[in-house]
Amino acid sequence: MATLRVAKPHDGEGDGEVQVVEGAAMSPWGPDAALAVVGKSHPRLEGPEKVTGRALYAYDVRLPRQLVARVLRSPYPHARVVRVDTSAAAALPGVHAVLSAEDAPEIPWYEDSRLFDRTVRFVGDEVAAVAAESVEVAEDALRLVRVEYEPLPFAATLEDVLRPDAPKLRPDGNLAGEPKTYRRGDPETALRAADVVVEGRYSTASALHNAMEPHGCTAAWEGEHLTLWDSTQSVFTVRQEVAEKLGLPEHRVRVIKQHMGGGFGAKQIAWKHDVIAALLSRRAGRPVQLMLDREAENLAAGNRNPTRQHVRLGARRDGTLTAIQARIEQATGAYQVGGEASNVSGMYQTLYRCPNVATEQVVLYTNTGPAVAFRAPGHVEAAFALEQAMDELARVLGLDPLELRRRNYAAEDQTEGKPYSLPEGLSLCYDRAAEAFGWDPAGSPAADGPKRRGVGFAAHDWAGGSGHPPGYAWVKLNADGTAEVVTGTQDIGTGARTGLAQVAAEELGLPLDRVALHLGDTATGPYSPVSSGSATQASIGPAVRAAAADAVAQLLAAASATMEVAADRLSVRGGRILVDGDLSRAVDVADVTQEIAPHMIRGQGERGPNPEDRAIRTFGAQCVEVEVDTETGEVTLLRVTTAHDCGRIVNPTLVDSQIIGGITQGIGFALTEERVVDGRLGLVLNPNLEEYKVPTVADVPPIEHAHVGVPDTVANPTGAKGIGEPPLIPTAPAIANAVFDAVGVRLRDAPLSRSRLLAALAAQGTDGEVRA
Amino acid sequence: METTISPPRPVPLQPVVLHVNGSDHPLLLEPRRTLLDALRDDLGLTGTKKVCDMGNCGACTVLVDGRAMYSCLLLAVDCAERRVTTIEGLGGPALDPIQEAFVAADAYQCGFCTPGQIMSLRALLDAHPDPSDAQIARAVTGNLCRCGAYRNILRAGRLAAEIEADRRAQQGGQDGNAPGR
Repeated sequence: MATLRVAKPHDGEGDGEVQVVEGAAMSPWGPDAALAVVGKSHPRLEGPEKVTGRALYAYDVRLPRQLVARVLRSPYPHARVVRVDTSAAAALPGVHAVLSAEDAPEIPWYEDSRLFDRTVRFVGDEVAAVAAESVEVAEDALRLVRVEYEPLPFAATLEDVLRPDAPKLRPDGNLAGEPKTYRRGDPETALRAADVVVEGRYSTASALHNAMEPHGCTAAWEGEHLTLWDSTQSVFTVRQEVAEKLGLPEHRVRVIKQHMGGGFGAKQIAWKHDVIAALLSRRAGRPVQLMLDREAENLAAGNRNPTRQHVRLGARRDGTLTAIQARIEQATGAYQVGGEASNVSGMYQTLYRCPNVATEQVVLYTNTGPAVAFRAPGHVEAAFALEQAMDELARVLGLDPLELRRRNYAAEDQTEGKPYSLPEGLSLCYDRAAEAFGWDPAGSPAADGPKRRGVGFAAHDWAGGSGHPPGYAWVKLNADGTAEVVTGTQDIGTGARTGLAQVAAEELGLPLDRVALHLGDTATGPYSPVSSGSATQASIGPAVRAAAADAVAQLLAAASATMEVAADRLSVRGGRILVDGDLSRAVDVADVTQEIAPHMIRGQGERGPNPEDRAIRTFGAQCVEVEVDTETGEVTLLRVTTAHDCGRIVNPTLVDSQIIGGITQGIGFALTEERVVDGRLGLVLNPNLEEYKVPTVADVPPIEHAHVGVPDTVANPTGAKGIGEPPLIPTAPAIANAVFDAVGVRLRDAPLSRSRLLAALAAQGTDGEVRA
Repeated sequence: METTISPPRPVPLQPVVLHVNGSDHPLLLEPRRTLLDALRDDLGLTGTKKVCDMGNCGACTVLVDGRAMYSCLLLAVDCAERRVTTIEGLGGPALDPIQEAFVAADAYQCGFCTPGQIMSLRALLDAHPDPSDAQIARAVTGNLCRCGAYRNILRAGRLAAEIEADRRAQQGGQDGNAPGR
């Protein structure tokens, strides 16, 4: 039942902020709940559209008189834009609108800059835009734009910006905010007193999201109403930001996203293309589609921040961790962007029980495109270093790496002193992964010849997966006994549409084929949060369940009247309303909804707050086996076994898919993916899918998902947490640990490219003993 | 640093008849228009996806005279007299066996690369109705999937071959002729 109470304390207590209380208490589906639809594999509801090419993506919108837009981008990593002459471009037949710093509205963007700024800060920064009748004409027009630049000193890499003589990229220097420091206990003293200390300097490359569908949108005005079909993970965020940028009230902006070709964190906010398309459309008086090309996608629409991490672990001889120290440097690119939250220090503070921890995280500007969240931002980078350091510590101590982790088990969030919502979650992952893989710390049999095999282990925690309350859902019961669920959330390719419909069907007591789920439209659905942080199922599942429960209560009240039976004797199951649980006296839901039609049952539901006294986390553990060719430096994955605490598994097939997908991206992060920047020129050398190497079908081994599937009933009433991001986190360190196991070299720089591996093997002397 | 760029010389539009999914489509096109843009923008066949537009990813794969080809690397005017099949040309009232297999095997997540993957497998099964696992993998090596559905795509390829074999058996005869594409 939807309730919302608003209070503003006037008694001098609290900070005077308005408090909103909502979310009726629902008893959670426990581990033994008899569920008919939730927990079962069901094919994606949108499958037929996707396999026939009918699914409508932002790129596929085709409106009458629609124009195509293209953006002119800076060829300089840092320059002043002295003059832009667009007259020749505007005069080209077929061009209908042009925008640049000369004539665009002064719309604030990226900290203190503008939509079209007089200073460009990376190769790919927006300089001008055109809308034309075809992509060919639009590109011709861009070539006619004459720009006078005054190049400025630049620093395009983390190494360059950390040099003492680096140019000042901002008036206040090159630090993007004050360093973030965390401290508990006394790690310096603990390190001095430790029986064993391992220390290492690690680095991770910038990875590029490379969602198959680029960023982009189609913008159309009807009078003063703007509609944007956007490839976004958050229709409500885009609406709020676009309305603000254009000075429009929110009810005159509608953002729609039905299907999207991937996001992986880079599509959480309104990007410049949204507002540029809207402005061009208004200027031209015609709809405008502005989709980024692949190069722009890789230059200007987000990347995973490169890091350097200096790690020290101290331990007693029995493996008890006594100190963790990490200093992290990371490059955020030219601007700090909303949605970027790469907390690289977090995992050091929480994954293992340790009384003495200090982290320092320094974020620097560089003249490259802005970094933005990329699937488990921060934790992927941190895990690469921390989980290798743990492996190294285990080897120094002569302990099984898994046993070392068990001896340092954290059952609570040590930064807040709160127990985890499922304290045994990580332990269950250890058990399941090790058992399914057949984990043997003795490793692989020693081999002769150039190919060596090894096994590796890594674990992770993750702050995502808990959901982002609030969020809302409605349920309508149609006259024919079918149901429509309406939310404002998104299915970004995860299968959320199906998982949420299963929750609705479960609570409604309807077969899944009698439930439709509508999402991705600010005009028709209630507010829902961004689909990031592995949050959609955990955010909106409980709201859908609450709305369905509300509808069922109304349905049974109506049935009580039509059937002349007390409502508390009625229940609904399999599309039928049962009396005292008796199928023989059941009527179909449609009998009741027909009877009252055209009156309609409307359920409302909200996502109540997360518990305040518990920390909700997701956990995982991975085992991998690799084969290393010591002659070519090639690392071949032979198999991966993974276990994750994502609470209740709503749809096993969809969770399996998320897991194979996350691990596939992890393989890329580990072995091949690296944005290459030429520091002398400030150029990204591989902003394409030819030279930026994402995994192909040939690179992915069999992946086994050892289900944990214990409902987290403390987390929310569905017991389900997120799984989108976690599988990627431990993959790279597990692979690096397996490579060490195979050939005895520790590669502390990601990706573990062939050249790095060959260099390390050469330094070690491969022709003799490979095991150190 | 000024450079003078003259406006492009207008190029006459060229008449071309594209034969797509069994129908003839007379069009007037710029000679530089790719088959991909002609399909998506002139014919409204948006099932064929544009991802890299430079022959790196395979999302725009269509069948040209029965062979899987990247439509972003073909000029539309060069495709007159050739038979083009897009994802919209597969199946009928029922799904094509490959489409059915993709749904059953959850061989996608976001779905953006899916039409290209399916077309690559269609070309394979037309040429090799009983493919080996290696042939299935080889058929989609030129199709990137950023969501990482590869393991399920391989399963779907195998499943599709089985579904087709079953359908052939049900039809009672194995004439071995691939459908005309």
